[in-house]
Amino acid sequence: MSVLDKQAIVASPGFSRWLIPPAALAVHLSIGQVYAFSVFKNSLVASFDTSLTAIGWVFSIAIVMLGLSAALLGTWVERSGPRKAMLVAALCWGTGFAVGSAGIATGQLWLLYLGYGVIGGIGLGIGYISPVSTLIKWFPDRPGLATGMAIMGFGGGALIASPLSNRLMNLYDPDFVATEPGAVTSGPALAQTFVTLGVIYTLFMLVGAALVRVPPGHGDDSTAVHSPGTNDALVRASSAIRTPQFWFLWVVLFCNVTAGIGILEQAAPMIQDFFREDGTSTVTAAAAGGFVGVLSLANMLGRFVWSSLSDRIGRKPTYVMYLGVGLVLYLLLALFGSVSPVVFVALAAVIISYYGGGFAAVPAYLKDLFGTLEVGAIHGRLLTAWAAAGVAGPLIVNGILDSVGEPGNLVAADYRPALLTMVGVLAVGFVANLLIKPVAETHFDQDAHAAHEEHRSDRHQEALR
Amino acid sequence: MSTDHATPTSPILVTLAWLLVGVPLAYGLWQTLVRASALFNG
Repeated sequence: MSVLDKQAIVASPGFSRWLIPPAALAVHLSIGQVYAFSVFKNSLVASFDTSLTAIGWVFSIAIVMLGLSAALLGTWVERSGPRKAMLVAALCWGTGFAVGSAGIATGQLWLLYLGYGVIGGIGLGIGYISPVSTLIKWFPDRPGLATGMAIMGFGGGALIASPLSNRLMNLYDPDFVATEPGAVTSGPALAQTFVTLGVIYTLFMLVGAALVRVPPGHGDDSTAVHSPGTNDALVRASSAIRTPQFWFLWVVLFCNVTAGIGILEQAAPMIQDFFREDGTSTVTAAAAGGFVGVLSLANMLGRFVWSSLSDRIGRKPTYVMYLGVGLVLYLLLALFGSVSPVVFVALAAVIISYYGGGFAAVPAYLKDLFGTLEVGAIHGRLLTAWAAAGVAGPLIVNGILDSVGEPGNLVAADYRPALLTMVGVLAVGFVANLLIKPVAETHFDQDAHAAHEEHRSDRHQEALR
Repeated sequence: MSTDHATPTSPILVTLAWLLVGVPLAYGLWQTLVRASALFNG
């Protein structure tokens, strides 16, 4: 038995479950760096002497690989346990930075695609789902709180990575001043920054792997007793994807993410365009940057606050709020957002908090529907909705905006068709959520269900003694 | 691996683990708040 195996990381009696959230956060804070990738964009364009689109592909490849690897490797992660999965994620994420750095140093863009995009993207997918199932097993009473803490870390990772990367680029290239518009750092400084980040993140994730434990009784899949979902459901991933509930939830996540991207994609130019009079915006570029910061905070806090709330009010009502209230807020933003910057910022911040909350509460929703049997693997498959929305969201928004002009030179009315389209997208998600009912017994795993019934019967007998 | 005797996790270890993730997160939050303040000052 290796120290990486599930059997080797079964918690001893007395182990505090409050060590598991920091273990999960160590991983999510590291991989959340991906959302701060834009901090390198100008420097990468200059270093490779290429277009912004060519560099934009690095991020797109990483997100698509996140979705694919989470979907394809979810069952492996579930069976191998969180420590092995976190180790592999750490090695992939660190190697991704190292290979990317080699690409920058040698001027080979394909190496950056392969390193940060493909290898790093696999690390993202495995890392994202690696602690989720374990957290739900440790906190069966409050799964929304537990997964909310970890997935909040993914949002928080970007908040750390952006200033950290700027400091590193300045350290290796003192001429680089991040606050100067259009500032670029040299290729060697960029390559050194990538290596440094790779080392820091690998070590940080390894600490998470060292800390993580599975609850007693979960060292062996064949004998583990799982917490069932509604109606005592215990469903394997291969069966879950054949249920309408899975696909309704897929649509829910897809719509929620697509609508959020509608604002996130164009946040800075959008707020300036909404308050443009006679060709000049009353919102400065610095204030627009501040608006992006407010949205980042709302995105992160929404993950924790709304997901924790879902433990109290239930998962379905939480998504009714995300999609139903979100739909009304989107409508208000489209029709009255230009009334005042305070109204605009407040509406956008709540909408983005729902975007973040949608990611954080979804593992608990899956636990409610399918039980904990293979909830990590099912979650991995569901994340393909994120990858799809990551492509569809910008396509919809940019497609509509391109027909009226260029963001940064528009007015509030020009955004209405795009925003009203997102209202329609949220309406589709709202209906899909209402259609989610408990899973039919035909999809239950008979062996796991029998083991659960036996366990329940044993506990009942013990209680009577 | 497992033992019959419960060995409680040291509160120091739990605190250190939370500090390890909490300090960088607090740094990121602070930096973002500074950035966000430009919205109200700019």
